Amino acid sequence: MSLRISTAPHMHNPLTTQRLMQYVFIALLPTAAWGVYAFGLKALLVLILSMASAVLAEYLWQLIAKQPVRIKDFSALVTGLILGLNLPATAPWWMVVVGSVFAVIVVKQLFGGLGDNFLNPAMAARAVLLASWPVHMTSSAFVSPTFFKAGVDAVSAATPLSAKSATLMELFLGQIPGTIGEVSKAAILLGFLFLLITGTISWRIPVVMTGSVFLFSLLIGGMTPEAALMATLSGGVLFGAVFMATDYVTSPITPLAQVFYACMIGLIIVLIRTFGSYPEGVTYGILLMNIATPLIDRFLPRKIYGHQKEAKKA
Amino acid sequence: MSVVEILLFMVSCILTHNFIFNRFLGCCPFLGVSSKVETSVSMGLAVTFVMTIASLFCWLIYHLLLVPLELTYMNTISFILVIAALVQFVEMFLKKSSPTLYSALGIYLPLITTNCAVLGVATLNMNNSYGLLQSVLNGTFSALGFLLAIVLMAGVRERLESSKIPACMKGFPITLVSAGLMAVAFMGFNGLV
Amino acid sequence: MSEKKSLGKVLFNGIIPENPTFRLVLGTCPTLAVTTSALNGLGMGAAATFVLVCSNFAISLLRKFIPDQVRIPAFIVVICTFVTMVQLLMKAFLPSLDESLGIFIPLIVVNCIILARAEAFASKNPPIASACDGLGMGIGFTLALTLMGAIRELIGNGSVFGLNILGSSYEPMLLIVLASGGFLTFGLLLGVFNLIVKKIERSRVAKEAKTA
Repeated sequence: MSLRISTAPHMHNPLTTQRLMQYVFIALLPTAAWGVYAFGLKALLVLILSMASAVLAEYLWQLIAKQPVRIKDFSALVTGLILGLNLPATAPWWMVVVGSVFAVIVVKQLFGGLGDNFLNPAMAARAVLLASWPVHMTSSAFVSPTFFKAGVDAVSAATPLSAKSATLMELFLGQIPGTIGEVSKAAILLGFLFLLITGTISWRIPVVMTGSVFLFSLLIGGMTPEAALMATLSGGVLFGAVFMATDYVTSPITPLAQVFYACMIGLIIVLIRTFGSYPEGVTYGILLMNIATPLIDRFLPRKIYGHQKEAKKA
Repeated sequence: MSVVEILLFMVSCILTHNFIFNRFLGCCPFLGVSSKVETSVSMGLAVTFVMTIASLFCWLIYHLLLVPLELTYMNTISFILVIAALVQFVEMFLKKSSPTLYSALGIYLPLITTNCAVLGVATLNMNNSYGLLQSVLNGTFSALGFLLAIVLMAGVRERLESSKIPACMKGFPITLVSAGLMAVAFMGFNGLV
Repeated sequence: MSEKKSLGKVLFNGIIPENPTFRLVLGTCPTLAVTTSALNGLGMGAAATFVLVCSNFAISLLRKFIPDQVRIPAFIVVICTFVTMVQLLMKAFLPSLDESLGIFIPLIVVNCIILARAEAFASKNPPIASACDGLGMGIGFTLALTLMGAIRELIGNGSVFGLNILGSSYEPMLLIVLASGGFLTFGLLLGVFNLIVKKIERSRVAKEAKTA
């Protein structure tokens, strides 16, 4: 059974929801694999728990609300996996469960299920966890990957953003502390490539968003080009750009609107990083622009796409 | 106040200490008049208008009348009377001078008397012992924060119209949950100023 | 006898059938803002109840003298008088509560519940009934605020009325006592309340169908 999706992007995409979600899931695998390799068994447990609780929450909700059970569409699984990848490997089990249940029930199902949520569920859940248990979610919870600093296991490190000691190569490969999924840029790019080839997402949002983080780091952060590049590769920018900002349901429809949306996310990230009290702004940048998406869709011209639709009707 | 200070104050009022998401002032119209983007813009503009003038007049009344007469405990009653009179006056003035603006804002103006954001900003100005300029700026910027919040909310709510929201959550409950999630996102601005 | 019963009904009306918070959704600002603990909710509710009873009584007494055109400003002046009284009393006798409720004490003036009851009930009914209506609405408001305060305090702090309940190993969910938690808790509670009301109505309809 195909899902009812309220926003339009699926119309030009021949893929079904289930297939799309499967592709996203596959694209996430390299990142997950690196996370497990780098942070060890603990990371694997966090990922499994977050996926299992997300799927179970969706299943129970649909059972109780007497809706058709749609856990086979992979969407809850993907939400759970993305949330898990957004957590540090040291996350306590109850926090993972609260996050998954919140993402699926409050952010998605209460609004009518997949396609009706106005925020990316995993992102919103991450923000909620960050506000609720900051100690478990911020720098003190980030451990260095176990394999390359053997012996200094579980030393809490500074936030990835302030860790100036990492070289560019270490940043790129993911030999830095951080959440399970955000550390390896190489693995994320692999997933990005897969999503591009399969036509699951367009290049626009990820590329513009990463570019604008770089640009605004130069302009607002007053960084040297090298430092700006480091800043762009640090934290969750790339992971957010590829896997979360591109969520069909919560991002704008037309190309122009998408470019504006991605630019603004970059701007907010740099503003929060430079002036705010949080070390990282990716979550908030994406959430805030998710909120603005209905207005962007409304007020930025809908170009040829909308006109064609009208012409057909007439 | 220097220009930089004013800019920072603006960011603080609009984003960091947003009237709705951080201070819970003006929640009734925020929940009640946010179902359509157009009406929410009108409401937001009307509130901005009144809050700016009310900040000015309440400051004048407080510092030129109540303080010299040692009647400061009368602040609430004098503020609310000033606001009620102002709203009435603005309504009459607009009706005469600018019918278009009146027809856009008209029906919202009487509602503003009981909008706690207006009395709230006057009281906050007094409690924080702001000067005249800062009071007026606080009124304007806080109201712009309200405008931003209500317009964003209206955008989201228009989108929710076509959603399959569970029956018991329709209306106020889902609006409140949306507002809660939006407030979570606004927490990102913490510490910005 | 009948007089007494109707007064009881008026009183009860505000507590459940027309609960100002959960059924009419009025006075949302204080409901969201001060319910970070059960005690704050109770304090705010008590203050609002005092104002409601007094203003309803006074407005009902004056209802024949207040010209229709200026009734709203007149109501506001009456309400404001009692609010100022509460404000001064609180400052003198409960300074810590006054501190935590802060700006929301003077803002009782613009609490829509009070003006709404003045307009809808006190301006049309005799003083005693109006005072009863105010008391009922006030109790309903207080119960709702205390309930929300208790829930938020329990989740966000592990305690209720300052008593630690969930033990020291519980790690409180801070979000719930922050601004966004207020909206979320209120929204979810309202949803649950709607669900219960609907269920009660459905079972009543089913029962009536059976007896008929």
